[in-house]
Amino acid sequence: MKALRYLALSLAAVLFLIPFYLVLRNGLATEQEITAQSWTFWPSEIHWENFVALFSNPAVPMVRSMVNSFVVAVLQTVGQLLLCGLAGYGLARIPYRYANVVLYLVIATLMIPAAVTFVPTFVVVSTLGWVSDLRGLVIPGLFSGFTTFLFRQYFLNFPRELEEAARIDGLGHWGTYWRVVVPNSKGFFAALGVIAFVTSWNQFLWPLVIAQDQDSWTVQVALSTFLTAQSIDVVQLFLAAAVSIMPLVVVFVALQRFLVRGVTETGIKD
Amino acid sequence: MKHGRAFWLFVGPFAIGLLVFVYVPIGWSLLLSFFEARNTVTPTEFVGLRNYADMLTDQPFLSSLGTFSVFAAFIVPLTFVLALALALLVNQISFLQGFFRSVFFLPTACSYVVASLVWKLSIFNGVRFGLANTVLGWFGAEPVAWTVSTSPPWYWLVLVTLRLWLQLGFYLILFIAGLQRIPQHLYEAAWIDGAKPGWQTLRYITLPQLRTTSVAVVLLLLIAAYQAFDEFYNVLGTDRGYPPFARPPLIYLYYTALGSGGQDFGHGSAGAVILTLLIAGVTLLQGRVITR
Repeated sequence: MKALRYLALSLAAVLFLIPFYLVLRNGLATEQEITAQSWTFWPSEIHWENFVALFSNPAVPMVRSMVNSFVVAVLQTVGQLLLCGLAGYGLARIPYRYANVVLYLVIATLMIPAAVTFVPTFVVVSTLGWVSDLRGLVIPGLFSGFTTFLFRQYFLNFPRELEEAARIDGLGHWGTYWRVVVPNSKGFFAALGVIAFVTSWNQFLWPLVIAQDQDSWTVQVALSTFLTAQSIDVVQLFLAAAVSIMPLVVVFVALQRFLVRGVTETGIKD
Repeated sequence: MKHGRAFWLFVGPFAIGLLVFVYVPIGWSLLLSFFEARNTVTPTEFVGLRNYADMLTDQPFLSSLGTFSVFAAFIVPLTFVLALALALLVNQISFLQGFFRSVFFLPTACSYVVASLVWKLSIFNGVRFGLANTVLGWFGAEPVAWTVSTSPPWYWLVLVTLRLWLQLGFYLILFIAGLQRIPQHLYEAAWIDGAKPGWQTLRYITLPQLRTTSVAVVLLLLIAAYQAFDEFYNVLGTDRGYPPFARPPLIYLYYTALGSGGQDFGHGSAGAVILTLLIAGVTLLQGRVITR
């Protein structure tokens, strides 16, 4: 029985790893090896020069699009934690006559996935003149009702004694938040932050809509453009895919603890 | 008054953004949906409910809802059952548990664009050297044109396996978290009462205890399938456009509102409003589950 379990899991694991194997095999081989009559399990020698070819290919703005993706993901992560954290704390802890009105406005947006409203958002952002602009890529994604709601739920359960101690020391709401609440909530911030970074790095529809000039492409838009183009260099495409997942593989290995917590926090609250 | 200032200091920046980037777009789009708005966002020709009438009688729009239904009918139960099965297996072992969990979760690091690339150009490439066709070749079968064949519609196999691979790990983690919250004493009591570990405890303890998780997972899966765009666009789309079949709602909306045929914000907005109302119903249910 135990052996069967390990057998089933190992089989599933092999199936799950095949796409990663294919990315590496195709990215480091030659086109002849990929298109050969019989399956090449692994390139006879690793063609590191493919990297040089990829990064010097003028049709593939690899460096530029990776930098764009990185800037967007960092700004969205920091921005979301800052704005939604503050708002979540205000909604959870500061008594105010209209707090409930604001809370209902936040909760109402939970019913509407941002992707479904990409047309209206595009209308507003293009009116602001933010098409093919870093602001257009970053700012509309910062105001996540869902993240604010999660922060509020978290702060509702934050130990009040810690805040009261800070109050006695003469700190106001602002000081309490930055000196006591945030330092004692690092795990939660890290969990939501990792999820925000991964989501931002991998998002496609919004960058596709808004990043119309090549200079503003994120790496996902760049990959997609080559994938759907008339003629493609298969080897370079797979190598580009490998390069594009590197930052996230690092995040996954280094921060898995927070990632797993982030998934359970954002998936189901109970 | 003092509280009011503190409140807006914390909530104000977010509230302004929410207003400008969520509420204004929705309001504007409601407005646009009652106007003839081709290539303009400040239209003047009021057409009443005509855009809505057009959308609700538009065959491609209705068939995009059909496409979503077919996709959901495959992907929701498949992901649910496999994620639960793997979660049960992973949860029962101790040696290498972390390893297996990481392997199944690793695809979450890939974007749908990367997965589409692998599925379209390597696994389900229609030529002889594609992985699936290579395996078929070992058994003497002819190569299959996976992504372009419409009868049988093999593209469903491509799209469903792609999403299954990419999203399974996320739901696996949710199920494992759910399993670990089940109190151990429930199982011990059942064993004392003579229940056999296996089907009996699964049927009478594990599944009922996972009810909240299960409902949430089904709703999350449905909402995610409703928003499917990336893999359809990248697997089936080319630089010459998108084929006339397999267009889920967002693909349809994308080509209506922003496609090469010119920007039609009136119809696009009406479509967005209809889709929003449909999904709001489902997410309302989810809201009940998560706020409970």
